[in-house]
Amino acid sequence: MEPEFDLIIEPGGGIGSYWRDLWRYRELFFFMAWRDILVRYKQTVIGVAWSVIRPLMILVVFTVIFGKIARFPVEGNAPYPVMVLAALLPWQLFSNSLSESSNSLILNANMISKVYFPRLIIPASAVIVSLVDFLISFSLLVGVMLWYRFVPGWHILTLPLFLLLALITALGGGLWMSALNVKYRDFRYIIPFIVQFGLYISPVGFSSGVVPDQWRLLYSINPMVGVIDGFRWAILGGGVVFYWPGFFLSLALCLTLFLSGLAFFRRSEQQFADVI
Amino acid sequence: MSSVIKVENLGKRYILNHREKSRFPTLRDEIVQKAQGVGRRLLHPLRTSSVPLEGAAGMEEFWALKDVSFEVKQGDRVGIIGRNGAGKSTLLKILSRITEPTTGRVSIKGRVASLLEVGTGFHPELTGRENIYLNGAILGMGKFEIRRKFDEIVDFSEVEKFLDTPVKRYSSGMYVRLAFAVAAHLEPEILIIDEVLAVGDAQFQQKCLGKMEEVGKADRTVLFVSHNMAAIRALCTRVALFEKGQVIGQGDAEHFIRDYLAGADSTTALWTRDNSISRPDGICFTAARIETLDGDLCSSVSLTSSFRLIIKTCSTSDVIGAQIAVRVTNQEGVPVFTTTNCDQYGSLQTMRKGEHTFIVIMPGNLLTPGRYSLIIAAIIPGVKRFDVLEDNLSFCVEDYGAHTALMKDGRLGVVSPLLKWEWD
Repeated sequence: MEPEFDLIIEPGGGIGSYWRDLWRYRELFFFMAWRDILVRYKQTVIGVAWSVIRPLMILVVFTVIFGKIARFPVEGNAPYPVMVLAALLPWQLFSNSLSESSNSLILNANMISKVYFPRLIIPASAVIVSLVDFLISFSLLVGVMLWYRFVPGWHILTLPLFLLLALITALGGGLWMSALNVKYRDFRYIIPFIVQFGLYISPVGFSSGVVPDQWRLLYSINPMVGVIDGFRWAILGGGVVFYWPGFFLSLALCLTLFLSGLAFFRRSEQQFADVI
Repeated sequence: MSSVIKVENLGKRYILNHREKSRFPTLRDEIVQKAQGVGRRLLHPLRTSSVPLEGAAGMEEFWALKDVSFEVKQGDRVGIIGRNGAGKSTLLKILSRITEPTTGRVSIKGRVASLLEVGTGFHPELTGRENIYLNGAILGMGKFEIRRKFDEIVDFSEVEKFLDTPVKRYSSGMYVRLAFAVAAHLEPEILIIDEVLAVGDAQFQQKCLGKMEEVGKADRTVLFVSHNMAAIRALCTRVALFEKGQVIGQGDAEHFIRDYLAGADSTTALWTRDNSISRPDGICFTAARIETLDGDLCSSVSLTSSFRLIIKTCSTSDVIGAQIAVRVTNQEGVPVFTTTNCDQYGSLQTMRKGEHTFIVIMPGNLLTPGRYSLIIAAIIPGVKRFDVLEDNLSFCVEDYGAHTALMKDGRLGVVSPLLKWEWD
């Protein structure tokens, strides 16, 4: 590389400068997230309240059907709604991120074909929007905990770590889906399925303790099992039995999902403008 | 002066897939193709896997750019000209890092801003104020830079009253003005512009050209693609002429613009559809010709005489609200006028299924001498484009020495109508 030039454009090149670019475009990243947050509830009557109402509806349905009618067992001494909500919030963070970020590149197709910036910004900012939603709906959990006079223990301090894990998982899935969606629009139809089934496959309405022991490790192949168990442990505290082998398996899978998603995204990124 | 852009042996290849009907490949297609490939290999295990692309699945290579090399020095204002499909836009896309080259390399020195479109990333739901920030960030400005220039941008755009209105309620003129105002306040060392001036009203275009000239004079490097030779002439000092993905000449602007226009001198008065190419659905053109009022094919008409444009179409179904539009563009790329088959009705018409013939009488004593090309389009305005003939028909208006001879300079202007004068 000749020292006098700032930028060399070559086929397959620019890997090294990519991370520097990502840093240089950090403001755009915030602006994109800010735009998506602003737009999300424009021209709605109750606005931000939607991010509380949606989990509340699911909570009510789950509590009535699984808690009251089916009488699913509760973990530790926590009330059933608290247990559900502790899992529902990370699940919604994941599923919203996944569906928002997988469509994000296509929705911004115009920008991609007209301006350069590290494309990673787009799905990442979609995840940030879901994070903001998560933080708002977290107030619901606080409200329900106050209602049941449920005081969390010291475990709650580890919650940010599990939140980070949830974000990494969501971004990993989002990177895969968004890059695939650019080329194969089939994924637009696959994602609603993943989101719908995932709610029942993941331990949202029930404790993962109900899964028979011999199947527990297999069950943990779903990376969200580790995330949700972590959230429950942090929020419900002491009474929860933590299943470590499963958690480590989920953790490893989360990281694999994230790193492979990143690699795949980077590889397909160069062709986005030609394919989209 | 040193080079700020150095392009060496640049090439960009696209793979065209002829078999593909839908625009987006679906998983199914891919799986079927992979399976066929595996099947082939099982049936002919001895054949090497390097099947030529064309043979494989109706694929064909297309080099949008090939072996392009040139240098741009600091402070140069370079116009990039060439016909549609000559590779100009591909070049800009590579220079602005939107797409990767297939071969070669580009070295750039300095901060680059590229403007392939104004208003990229504008969000209709956001207000003018919010969009200024967003669009500025997309174009590479920092938050403080935007804040510093905010008043200037608003001033330039002339929309201060509507700053807090969502841009979806803006008129298209206001929208473009705001978008351009943001772009015009970029302060890069190298500015890359695609035909963004084709939008907006004439007065604002002038203002933008002025602003850009300012940019050029401040010793910035400008790369400018346009079909509008008048704009190129006003803005650029040097020109690179592209043809079929290659640079066929570069140098002094005036010289090359003249060359380019001379090369375009051949005219065609007749076009018929090549039957081997599939017809678009809805309405498609089958033939078009330019002829004298006596019905003789002619590509060179006298300044004073009227002539006819005949367009034949075929509709595969009844189309409500369809329009046939004709735009006459002069050799500088400036649209002189646009006329449609609805001109005399003032409302949209329904086009019945079947074949139609349209006849447009072009009056004499309207166009100045020179070469004109026609763009003919079948559209539902704002909804759909069925078929477009672009630069397939062209004609020359010749001055056989009638009234212009009375004035030495000819009759300066884009049109030269003979108007009725009264005096006492």
